[in-house]
Amino acid sequence: MAAQNRRIGDQPWVRRSLIGLALAITLIILVIPVVVIFTQALSTGWSAFAGNDLDEYTLDAIGLTLFVAALTVPLNLVFGTALAWSVTRFRFPGRKLLITLIDIPFAVSPVVAGLLYLLLYGRNGWLGSWLSNYDVQLMFSWPGIVMVTVFVTCPFVARELIPLMQQQGSEEEEAGVVLGASGWRMFRKITLPNIKWALIYGVVLTNARAVGEFGAVSVVSGNVRGETNTLPLHVELLYQDYNIVGAFASASLLAGIAILTLIAKAFVEWRQSRAEHATPEEGGA
Amino acid sequence: MRRLGRRNKRVLPGFGLSLGISLFFVSLVLLLPMTGLVVETSGMTWDQFWFTITDPRVVESYKVTLWTALAASLFNGLFGLLLAWVLVRYEFPGKRIVDAVVDLPFALPTAVAGITLATLFSQNGWYGQWLAKIGVEVAFTPLGIVVAMAFTSIPFVVRTVQPVLEELSPADEEAAVSLGASDGRVFRKVIFPSLWPALVTGIALSFTRSLGEFGAIIFIAGNTPYVSEVTSLMIFIRLQEYDYAAASAIASLVLLASLILLFSINLWQGRYLRRLEGR
Repeated sequence: MAAQNRRIGDQPWVRRSLIGLALAITLIILVIPVVVIFTQALSTGWSAFAGNDLDEYTLDAIGLTLFVAALTVPLNLVFGTALAWSVTRFRFPGRKLLITLIDIPFAVSPVVAGLLYLLLYGRNGWLGSWLSNYDVQLMFSWPGIVMVTVFVTCPFVARELIPLMQQQGSEEEEAGVVLGASGWRMFRKITLPNIKWALIYGVVLTNARAVGEFGAVSVVSGNVRGETNTLPLHVELLYQDYNIVGAFASASLLAGIAILTLIAKAFVEWRQSRAEHATPEEGGA
Repeated sequence: MRRLGRRNKRVLPGFGLSLGISLFFVSLVLLLPMTGLVVETSGMTWDQFWFTITDPRVVESYKVTLWTALAASLFNGLFGLLLAWVLVRYEFPGKRIVDAVVDLPFALPTAVAGITLATLFSQNGWYGQWLAKIGVEVAFTPLGIVVAMAFTSIPFVVRTVQPVLEELSPADEEAAVSLGASDGRVFRKVIFPSLWPALVTGIALSFTRSLGEFGAIIFIAGNTPYVSEVTSLMIFIRLQEYDYAAASAIASLVLLASLILLFSINLWQGRYLRRLEGR
């Protein structure tokens, strides 16, 4: 009986060598690079590390980066939720096209994304030249950085929500509305608890990318130290100046955010699987 | 069915509001910026356009980008499949950590990945000094571009193959094994036919991402003209020379290629998903 249920790759030696190979790859490609970031950052000691990260320009870069993320995340949260609601709860012509269109930022090179904004809103762009009549300059200053960041991060929330909301269906929400709940109340009491964890993870991903975007921001920033320098651009500047330890000190802050992102994901998945296991029990009781 | 559909629309609120926000956002953030590119390139004559996109240094960058992206995505196809297989089929200590760490390249900023890989593979780096002994140079060569591309896009393959492997029914596989087929044969004849559409999707996503990658590459590639310049860097260089027209011409080609890839992958996924649901 046991022999009949055997699946391929179950022999101990196959098992062990495949697991060993996978662990080796994970270690070489994914784990050691992270270790390198922190060992480089700390290679001249903790006080030098603190000094590097408390340097005036670094603090300015951290401030700008947090500011950009603080503007980007709420915008994309509203957009992603609205888009997921419209494409999973209603059928309309062009629905599939809309779902494909939001993947554009995933396919487009960040440099091209930055260029698109520069061409439109720059001094010579048709919109930019009109805006400059009113003394509004968006490119090479922080609004431009926010705009391209919104572009590159806009798919994340929607991409997390769409599969989940499709799978959950709309019966509960319909029941709520039929029983007389207002639209807003239905959303808060029924939809939001169901999508809470996916929404949180979408926000975490949006934040990670918003904080770390390099190519697109690099095109529209103008790299003025203390003014339009985000943390990833600051990493590049320090690295080009051969201040390797300083570059890794800033990089380690970004790596820290990346690690927190991974932990958040593991936590959200754990909560979601617990919720899935809990539902049938409640239904049966 | 028709009546039900119409009732659905009436029951759930927010259709106008949510679609309105979505369309406004998509038009303003994703579509409107494309007009700038159209205006800029339409200001060029055909000869200027052709001359710009066929400049030998630019053509060399296409070649480098294409072959490095292909190499990186095939590498990811192989090792992504292995990682997905091990994560789905086996239990071992640290499995959850490996599963979480797979997403690191998506979470880590590309510039950070770039300086880290450049440091690891440099002459005195942890990997570089060992590779130097067997005569392999990675930093400042096209091989470095492959490494950077492979790093930034490996999660695509793992995350598209993993769910398909999980859903695979054990019945056919167990039957084939009990009938005496070798493991290799069962993998080729039973598992691979269900797996390859997802694998192709993962490789295609990895390829698309690699074509556009910039941040991770520029630190490790050395950026030698005609040797290790990728196309996104060419666009960046033209921009720094304030040659917006040339940058736009090259970018329009890159944008077209990535949009075609995006729509093909989506069509392909749609067809493949329909086939799965049809069963």
